[in-house]
Amino acid sequence: MTTAAPAVPAGGALWRLAARVCPVTGLTLNRDSERLVRWNAVAAVVFFLVGVVAALLLALTRWQAVHLLEPVWYYRILTLHGLNMLIFFIIFFEMAVLYFAGPVMLGARQPAPKTAWLGFWLMVAGALTVNAVIFMGRADVLFTSYVPLRAHPAFYLGIILFAVGALIATSLFFAAMVVARRERSYEGSVPLVTYGALTAAIIAIITLLHGAAIYIPTFLWSLDIGTVDPQVYRMIFWGLGHSSQQINVAAMVSIWYLLGGLTVGAVVVNQKVSRWAFTLYVLFISMASAHHLLVDPGMGPAWKIWNTSYAMYLAVLASMIHGFTVPAGVEMGMRLRGFVKGRFEWLRRAPWSDPGFSGFWLSLVIFGFMGGITGVTQGTEQINIIVHNTLRVPGHFHVTVVGGTALAFMAVTYYLIPLVFQRRVRFWAMAKWQPYLFAAGISLLSMSMTFAGSFGVPRRHADITFPEAPFTLEFPPVVDVLMAGIGIGGTLAAIAVLMFVAIAVGSVFFGEKVDLAAPGPDARGIPQGILRLPPQTHSAEASAAAHEAGTPGTLVLVFVFLAVFILYYFTNWKVLSMIWKMG
Amino acid sequence: MELISGLVPARGVWWRPANRQERLWIAIAFVWCLVLFAMMPFWHLKGGQNPTGIRSRVDPAAFAERTLRFAEEYGIGDDHGVPLVAPPPGAEVYLLGQMWRWYPALQLEEGVTYTLHLSALDVNHGFSLYPANLNLQVVPGYDYGLRITPNKAGEYRVVCNEFCGVGHHNMLGRIVVVPAGTKVAAAATAPGEETR
Ligand code: HEM
Ligand SMILES: [Cu+2]
Ligand SMILES: [Cu+2]
Repeated sequence: MTTAAPAVPAGGALWRLAARVCPVTGLTLNRDSERLVRWNAVAAVVFFLVGVVAALLLALTRWQAVHLLEPVWYYRILTLHGLNMLIFFIIFFEMAVLYFAGPVMLGARQPAPKTAWLGFWLMVAGALTVNAVIFMGRADVLFTSYVPLRAHPAFYLGIILFAVGALIATSLFFAAMVVARRERSYEGSVPLVTYGALTAAIIAIITLLHGAAIYIPTFLWSLDIGTVDPQVYRMIFWGLGHSSQQINVAAMVSIWYLLGGLTVGAVVVNQKVSRWAFTLYVLFISMASAHHLLVDPGMGPAWKIWNTSYAMYLAVLASMIHGFTVPAGVEMGMRLRGFVKGRFEWLRRAPWSDPGFSGFWLSLVIFGFMGGITGVTQGTEQINIIVHNTLRVPGHFHVTVVGGTALAFMAVTYYLIPLVFQRRVRFWAMAKWQPYLFAAGISLLSMSMTFAGSFGVPRRHADITFPEAPFTLEFPPVVDVLMAGIGIGGTLAAIAVLMFVAIAVGSVFFGEKVDLAAPGPDARGIPQGILRLPPQTHSAEASAAAHEAGTPGTLVLVFVFLAVFILYYFTNWKVLSMIWKMG
Repeated sequence: MELISGLVPARGVWWRPANRQERLWIAIAFVWCLVLFAMMPFWHLKGGQNPTGIRSRVDPAAFAERTLRFAEEYGIGDDHGVPLVAPPPGAEVYLLGQMWRWYPALQLEEGVTYTLHLSALDVNHGFSLYPANLNLQVVPGYDYGLRITPNKAGEYRVVCNEFCGVGHHNMLGRIVVVPAGTKVAAAATAPGEETR
């Protein structure tokens, strides 16, 4: 990808002296951005570790036969898990993605590095504050902190600090884009990956504004200033809470395109289509809170239907488009490299032992097949009646933000370690099957949750034997098996994350330095896409032929997907039609 | 038009029509999205389960007051510390969530339609009817009145499925549905002896 290095150095380019040009990708990495990517990624991994220890404890508590934690600690650890995973881990990593996809991919400098570091340390301070308050037992309110449940003011303050820091980092992404354009560090339109990151950043700004709108009044309320209506809280909270999931989706899809290119030379089948699909995410984002409120008393059916469907499912359409263009790009890229036999040679011959590729592909499949289908179905106004606050809900989002986003983040880390940290990936043999173990564990966890939820097993529940309740309730025996599935699947997934943390920390702090210009004969710890970067550009003739040949394999995959979707969706309507009449 | 990966800046005019297969998929996906959308209004017209209800704001204390009056009026006995209440067919029925119990226990008749009013005294609670698996959010300050029709006689439980504090997992209520036409007094004998 020699095209990324500009021919004409821009004015005042002192920073270039300290920058380095990546021998593999040709990208110019300025010192500041590189460091910011590193530190944000490291912080992400630290909070991931906290979150996963919590996850293990939770999984072993919901496994009713083990039932590890006392109720108070179950709720406390649940609060801890939600915040460290969904907020701190994910957002720190996203900041790393923004610093990479902005200034680095555009070959520009980092504008205002001091401000960037201020943002980083605000985020660290906020996250540490929140964790401290939770451990002190002053915030047993779960990550949603629905008022009038009340936490110590420092809890809300910590979240506000964290959000301000994230706001700074996100603003600097826009600044970097402006600077890159003004200093002409690239030609043409920004790469698709950067475009995707741009949509993530726009959504992040909208999200953070919702966050301010809800956390500032709630912080004041916790100091006995003013009031907060519980229903209004739920609505605006989910304006923050769900929009932030859309950041995750946009960031994850960007990483799919990035890893597709790096691992197998995936191409962008059509720039217009893919960019439009990203844009659709932005347009309908503010409607995202509705599917959390489908069985709430505060809103009427018209509001619910219009908003839960993001104006007639146009955001779903966007995901279905990426669900086609991402595998189609892989197929077309592989066909261009000569894997043209039959419908599926391109898939069979993909580099399955490269964790960057396997993690990316598993993330795509898990997110699409399991996450997407369950999400749209459960977010249907009426179907939500048989879903709301049962284990079907965490069953759904552990195959979106965990099996999808977190797995994509882990997969891209295997490439960041050599490319940005300039180290070999340690424990390489383990790294090769880490994505598979994680995918298996999280799938078992989620499917068990989903089925248990369809028996009415509640989420966020310390003990479904109801030991001190006035009445008894015994779930059918199959629920015991499903709860064991949560325990076992959760343990497997947690082990896989611990493996990942060991690999990441081991490589970054104790790994062997590697010069990618001359890695030597020892290929251990260097993913195949870095050893031999697949072609990133193709001639006009080859491209025309590739379009002519099309992507017959992907077509089969998406129709299988659609069939499963239709079946699952209408099965749920059928089940709904059998419960009490209600209206 | 040269194909490039997502890492490379797109030069020249990339605003080109999609190829045949992409267009096909987008068209199919769009139609499916319209089906997904249409199902919801359709179910309001033809389906039997909708979360619409009669919704209004209410002062939590006033709702609690009304629930107490309701329990007094139609109470037929005690059921593990809460009254067992058997409202007449078609009645307005009140169920209050509070830390950490559902008040009162209800006895309803199969095939009869009631208006079930749900609200909370203190924090959010979750109404989850077991084993029917019917779930609704219960928010303090809001009266959620839903017309419900029990379709099967038997023992039901009301699980709280919204976190409401350390006693959350012990918040369990009871609804018993008696076969159509059962006399209230008959069902009131030995209320809930077999339930504990
Ligand atoms: C090893 C991986 C993981 C395992 C085994 C795991 C397991 C669990 C379990 C058992 C629960 C409790 C469900 C309940 O009782 O209601 C839970 C909740 C949750 N998890 Fe995970 N999880 C994992 C990773 C993640 C990640 C990476 C994220 C986010 C990026 C995440 C986000 C959440 C959230 C938001 C909740 C809900 C918290 C609440 O209800 O307040 N999890 N998880
Ligand atoms: Cu409750
Ligand atoms: Cu509760």
